[in-house]
Amino acid sequence: MTARVHARAPRPRSLRARRLVNVAMSGLLGVAAILATLPLLFLLWHLLREGATSIDLAFFTRMPKPVGESGGGMANAIVGTLILVGTATSIGLPVGIGAGLYLAEQRGARLATSVRFLSDVLNGMPSIVMGIFAWHILVRPVGHFSALAGGAALGAMMIPLVTRATEEMVRTVPTALREAALALGYPRWRTSVAIVLRTALPGIVTAALVAIARIAGETAPLLFTSFGNQFWSTSLGEPIAALPHQIYEYAKSPYDDWHRLAWAGSLVLIGLVLIISVLARFVTRSRHGGVGD
Amino acid sequence: MTDHVVTLMPPPVLQVGSRTTPDARPRISVRKLDALFGTNRAVRDVTIDFPDRQVTAIIGPSGCGKSTLLRCLNRMHETAPLTRVNGEVLLDGQNLYARGVNPIEVRRRIGMVFQRPTPFPTMSIQDNVAAGLRAFSRDRPSRKREDEIVEESLRKAGLWDEVRDRLNESATALSGGQQQRLCIARAMATQPSVILLDEPTASLDPLSTQKIEELVHQLRGNVTVVIVTHNMQQAARVSDRTAFMLLGELVENAPTSEMFTTPHDPRTEAYITGRFG
Repeated sequence: MTARVHARAPRPRSLRARRLVNVAMSGLLGVAAILATLPLLFLLWHLLREGATSIDLAFFTRMPKPVGESGGGMANAIVGTLILVGTATSIGLPVGIGAGLYLAEQRGARLATSVRFLSDVLNGMPSIVMGIFAWHILVRPVGHFSALAGGAALGAMMIPLVTRATEEMVRTVPTALREAALALGYPRWRTSVAIVLRTALPGIVTAALVAIARIAGETAPLLFTSFGNQFWSTSLGEPIAALPHQIYEYAKSPYDDWHRLAWAGSLVLIGLVLIISVLARFVTRSRHGGVGD
Repeated sequence: MTDHVVTLMPPPVLQVGSRTTPDARPRISVRKLDALFGTNRAVRDVTIDFPDRQVTAIIGPSGCGKSTLLRCLNRMHETAPLTRVNGEVLLDGQNLYARGVNPIEVRRRIGMVFQRPTPFPTMSIQDNVAAGLRAFSRDRPSRKREDEIVEESLRKAGLWDEVRDRLNESATALSGGQQQRLCIARAMATQPSVILLDEPTASLDPLSTQKIEELVHQLRGNVTVVIVTHNMQQAARVSDRTAFMLLGELVENAPTSEMFTTPHDPRTEAYITGRFG
């Protein structure tokens, strides 16, 4: 029996040939792995070289100076980005988590299937289109640009990201856990919230942070919603400055001073995103963690 | 709770050759029960009594419907999609499938432990045991009373001495056997009159299995236990009565000693002598 199996098996290559292929393939994959991280490393190095010298306390605390005057900072854009991201999160997170929980709990329902599909379509929607949409419903009827419109555009971008991530995370919670809660006399809604959602929470928080990091750098949806503002504003009803938008404005200007500020702004933006990403890693490692562990 | 209220029951049926006490009234009576998954009848026309404060084992080959029957007893069967139940399950004479019976109330009165340990991973040991008590805010016990119940339940489950110093640690840090005993403690905390065990030792090592079996033995006399197992030796060791199921039907139901020495049905004999399953 064994002999016949052997006879039918393809003739094994020599040990040496196999070792050679092994080394070659490992090498190739290693190079690919290094290439994958190269853009980030290159980008960070370049940003640090160009932007680090322009970052000082004034960059965080001062307002932009008019053309011709040197110095000044991006305080309004930094605060503006925080306000925009905060608005977007307060829209995107509750809707996304609710929708994701629905998709996971009502897996086969017809509504769930269509919502899942539309959510994927929304996820692939170009961000400029999202901006036009927000302009159409929140800027044009009101008659002026506003931080709220920008936040809404970013929030709409966040919804599908959070929805699908929540669904995936909730699905990783074992059915046995759900059944254990039901068998203890937990009502269904309480099982969903106190056991299933709670167990999936670290993963959902991570996904939410990744989504926040993602939208924090978006420029296109803000172009005709929050519009940008040279002055200090924290009002949701007024146009507001944002880091990515300000970087764009400065970078395309002809002034060296503004170019430097654009580099510094990029570095701050990247730093913000990195902090959020690190925070996301940290959350998943917390004690009493759920499935994200 | 209602389990100490004496209810009017039909006169007890004397079991011939039974080693069970003659006044063992049924705590749960199953009448002409059908359980379906879609069009598949997993449990077919089963009628059986589970005597009060005794251990009844349900044995049978994989897919014979023993777990499904168990899950009908606390209305867990219906939590899966496309399932249906016909027939009656009487707990102390009350039909659990009657109109207006709240399945959540049923599950609070009948505890259940599953094949794999299912501690809630986000909760501490203390919180796990108290989970059932906290499920309803209206009759939630005081903090002091809760601590007492947690200790009492962990003692009953034989776990107190092992975890008394780390009640606030995560339950997932416990070993598999400890986790399963934690689940038993959690099920006991709401003081159910019946405990259902669905192959509780299937994922455990021999030593942990032995501890769970000793525990089942201790529970006897206080609560009614129904245990599903594919391990015949286990059924012989822990149970007062044994029921044998095959292809969804109840083939034989007899005192355990009788079942394993002088089975009446040739199919039971074939199974326990190891000719199939």
